[in-house]
Amino acid sequence: MKKIKCECGHLNPEGTILCEACGKPIEGNQHIDGNDKKNLLNMRYDGAARRSQTHNKAIVDKIWSFFSSVKVGVWLIFIALVASAIGSIFPQEIYIPADAPNRDPDVFYQERYGIFGLIFYQLGFHNLYSSWWYMLLIGLIGISLVIASLDRFVPLFKALRQQKAKRHESFLSRQRLFSETKNVSEEDLNTLKKNLKKQRYNVKDQEGYLLAEKGRFSRWGPYVNHIGLIIILLAAILRSTPFFYTNEYVWVREGEQLVIPGTDGEYYIENHDFVLETYDENDERFSDAISLEGAAVPSNYQTDVTIYKAEDNPVPGAEPELNQIAEGSIRMNHPVKFDGYSVYQSGYQANEFEKMSFKIHEVNDPEEEAIDSFTINLADPESEYELENGFKVELRNYYPDYYLRDDGTPASETNYPRNPAFVLFVYPPDSETPEISFLGIGKNIDASGENQYNVGITDFQMRDASGLTVRKDYSLPFFGVGAAIFMIGVIQGMYWQHRRIWVNPKDGGVLLAAHTNKNWFGVKKDIEKAISGTSIKNVTDQQELDE
Amino acid sequence: MSELIEWSSALLYTAFVLYLIATIFFSATIRDKRGNTKKGKAGSIGITLTIIGFLAQVGYFITRWMVSGHAPVSNLFEFMTFFGMTIVLAFIVIYFIYKLSVLGLFALPVALIIIAYASMFPTEVSPLIPSLQSHWLYIHVTTVSLGQGILTISFVAGLIYLIKKIDQTVKSKHTTWLEIVMYSLILFVGFIVITVVFNFMNYSAQFDYPNSGGNTVTTDYHLPAIAGPTDGTLLTEGVMEPLFETPAWMHGADSGRKFNTLIWSFLTGSVIYLLLRLTLRKRLGAAIQPLLKNAKLDLLDEITYRAVAIGFPIFTLGGLIFAAIWAEEAWGRFWGWDPKEVWALITWFFYAAFLHLRLSRGWHGEKSAWLAAVGFAIIMFNLIVVNLVLAGLHSYA
Repeated sequence: MKKIKCECGHLNPEGTILCEACGKPIEGNQHIDGNDKKNLLNMRYDGAARRSQTHNKAIVDKIWSFFSSVKVGVWLIFIALVASAIGSIFPQEIYIPADAPNRDPDVFYQERYGIFGLIFYQLGFHNLYSSWWYMLLIGLIGISLVIASLDRFVPLFKALRQQKAKRHESFLSRQRLFSETKNVSEEDLNTLKKNLKKQRYNVKDQEGYLLAEKGRFSRWGPYVNHIGLIIILLAAILRSTPFFYTNEYVWVREGEQLVIPGTDGEYYIENHDFVLETYDENDERFSDAISLEGAAVPSNYQTDVTIYKAEDNPVPGAEPELNQIAEGSIRMNHPVKFDGYSVYQSGYQANEFEKMSFKIHEVNDPEEEAIDSFTINLADPESEYELENGFKVELRNYYPDYYLRDDGTPASETNYPRNPAFVLFVYPPDSETPEISFLGIGKNIDASGENQYNVGITDFQMRDASGLTVRKDYSLPFFGVGAAIFMIGVIQGMYWQHRRIWVNPKDGGVLLAAHTNKNWFGVKKDIEKAISGTSIKNVTDQQELDE
Repeated sequence: MSELIEWSSALLYTAFVLYLIATIFFSATIRDKRGNTKKGKAGSIGITLTIIGFLAQVGYFITRWMVSGHAPVSNLFEFMTFFGMTIVLAFIVIYFIYKLSVLGLFALPVALIIIAYASMFPTEVSPLIPSLQSHWLYIHVTTVSLGQGILTISFVAGLIYLIKKIDQTVKSKHTTWLEIVMYSLILFVGFIVITVVFNFMNYSAQFDYPNSGGNTVTTDYHLPAIAGPTDGTLLTEGVMEPLFETPAWMHGADSGRKFNTLIWSFLTGSVIYLLLRLTLRKRLGAAIQPLLKNAKLDLLDEITYRAVAIGFPIFTLGGLIFAAIWAEEAWGRFWGWDPKEVWALITWFFYAAFLHLRLSRGWHGEKSAWLAAVGFAIIMFNLIVVNLVLAGLHSYA
C-alpha cells in the first residue's frame, strides 16, 4: 500500500488525515474529516487512516464502508427501536390473556382491537420479535458492530502508539484548548511537569517536548462493550439449538409421578402437594390495601416435589429403577435445580376432579335409593363398567372440560378434568337397549324423556395440578460473560476519559494544547491546576458551536 | 406499627416541603450577578435544604420498609416516589461536580411533580405478591430508578439549554416543540391540581364492571366520570353519569378509572397552560428565557451529555442485566418481550443512539438537548403509559 511520508519523517498509511507521529494535517486528505472547512481539527480517531474511507472500489469495500458507517448503525438502531415499539402496541401472541373469550390469534386480534388488530395480526406483528426481519435487523446491527469497531479500533490503536510528544504547530493551534506563552522559564516548566504528575498524568518528555496523558484505556471502552454485545448475540444463536436450550411445560397432579418431558425419559418428578397461601386480611399492615383489592392477595404458590433419576439401561419396556436425586419446594423466585435443569412454578389448576362416584336409582323413587353404583377414575376412564347388581354402563362420550359450542354440540376445551361431563349408556339387567343419560356438574339430562333409571353423582375427589416449566439453558454463562464484558466496556469508556496535554517549546516560550474525548470541563480544571504558580497562560476554548 | 407508618408519611411530606423551599432559594440565585457557577449564599442554602430533604426522604424509605417488611418499591406510588428521590440524588451529585445552581431550579420541580404525581396513586402499604418476593426486587428497581434519575438530569440540563438557546423572537418549529415540552410538564401539574381539588371535596362515584377475568369488581372514581369503565354500571346516586365508556382495548388493571384521570389531567393541564399564556402574553419558553441570562450554554451541553454518560451504564445494569437475572430466577426466562421489557430495550436503544450521534456524528448542543428531551419522554412513557395501557407483567398498581 502507498505510504505517505510526513515532514517529520514518519511514514503514514494511505488515507491518514493527521500524521500519526506529529499530528500535522496531511494535505489532500482533510476533506475526509471535514477539517478543510473548520479551524479546529476533528480529533475523533486521531486522524488515523480508516479502511472504510480509503478503499472504495471493490464490492467488499463498499459493504465494509456501508457497515462501518455510524450513520448506518444509528439508522439500524432507530429502525429496531421503532419496530420494537410497534410490537408492544398489542400483546404478542404469547401474551394473549388467558381469560380472552377466544385465544386463537386468528380471532383474538380482530375481536378485541378491531381493524387495527386485524392489520397487526396480518402483518405478523403478533410474533414480531421472532420474525425473520426483526432477527435480520438485529443481525445487521451485529455486523455493523463488528465492522465499525474493527474499522476504527486498529488504526486508532496504531496512531496512539506511534504518537510523539513533539507535535506540529498547526496541530496544536487547531486544538480546541490552546494557548501560547512567550518566555517561559525552565523552572516553570518543571513546576508544570510536577503538577501534571501530581494529577496522575503519565508525562512523556522527549527532548523538552512534553506529552501528558491519562486514561488512554478509556478509548478502548467502546470496542470492549461491542465485544460484549457480540458475545450476547452469539449466545442468542447458540440458544436456538436444543443442545444448549430446552424448554418444556408440564402439568403434574398431586400424587402423580411422571417423566419430565425434554429429558429423554431420564428424570421423573412427583408432586406431593400444591400449596396456595394468601395474606391474612387482618394483618394490620396490609388490611387497607387488601380491602382495596377486594380479593385475597396470594402470598405463596408452592409445589412440593421429589425428583428421580432413572438408572440407565433398563430392559426395554421394563419400568426403570428410580433414584431420588432432589427433593424440595418449588416456589416463585425459587426454582428447584438439578443436573443443569431448573423447574419453575409457573401455573396451577386448583380443584381438578380426580374421581367421581355415581349411583343408579329408579326415576320415580322419591328416596332415590341406590340400586347400583360405580366410580370413574377421570385420569384413566374405562369404556365399560360391569356393575354388581347386573347393570352395565358404557361411557360413550367423555368431555373432561365441557363446554357447549356455538352450534349447540358439546365439546371439551382442554384435556384436563376441570368440568367433566359424560354421555352414559345404561343397560339395565338383561336388557340390550340402553337408556341414554347426559351428566355433568349441575346437569342431568334425560335425552329421550323415557328413562326408567336415573344416574346421579354421589361423591367426588378433587386435587390440584401444578404447572411447571422445565428448563435447561447452557447458554446462560455466555450471556453472563457478554453482559459482564459489556458493562466493563461501557464503564471503562464512560467513567474515564482520555486526556492529553501537549506542551511544546517554541522560541523560548511554549505552546500548550489539550484534547479529551469527553468532559472538557474536567480537563480545563486539570490545566488550571497544572499551570498554577507558573507564568504559562491558561488555554482558551476555541470551540466553534455548531449552527 | 401504625405510628411508624405515620412517621414515614410525615418524613415524605417534610422532604417535599424542603425541596419546594430549596427551589425558591435556587430561583434566588438567578439574580446573582456574579454568575451561576460561583457559589452564592442562596445556592448554598438551596443545596443544603435539598440534602436535608433528601435525608428526610431516605428516612421515609427506611421506615416504610420497616413497616411493610419489603423495600417500598412494589407499587406505582412507591416506585414513582423513589424515582423522585433518585432524581434529587442525581441532582445533588451533578451539583457537586458542576456547581450549577440553575439546575436546581428545574431539577427539583421535576422531582416535586413526580413525587406529587406518585402520591395520587393508592398509598396503602400493600402485601408483596409471590412473583415480587425476591431480593432482586430492590436490586433491580433501585438501580433502574437511579439510572433513570440521572438520565432525567440530562433532560433538565437539555431543557434549560433549549429555553435559553431557542430564538423566541419568531415563531418556529423549535419554539412550538419547546412549548409542547412545557405543556407536557404542566399536564402533570394539572393532574395533581384536579386530584387534590376533588379529594378535598371527598368526591366518590362507584362502578361495577367486569374485569378481564370476567368477575365483577367495584371501582371507586375520585373524579367525576367522563369515561366510565368498560361495560360498567354506576352505583352511586346523584353523581355525574359517564359521558362515554373506556375503550375495551385499554386493559390494564382498573383502566377505566386511570383513563378518566388521564382525561381530567389533559383538561386541567390545558386550562392551566392557557391561563398562563393569557397572563404572560407570550410563550412559556419566552417568559422563562430572560431568567437564564447567566446560564452558560457549553456547560449545560456538557451536563446533558455527562448525565447520559453516567446514567446509561447504570440504566443498562439495572434495567436490562439485573432485570434479566431476576426474570431468569422468577420465570425461567431472562427475556420475554413483555411490554415493559421492550420499552426498557427501546430506552436503551435510544440512549445508545444518542451516544453514537454525539460521539461520532457530532450532535452537540441543541440537537443533543432535543434528544435528551425525547429520552425523558420515553422514560415517562415506560413509567406511565406502559403500566396504564399496555398490559403486562409489570402492570401492578
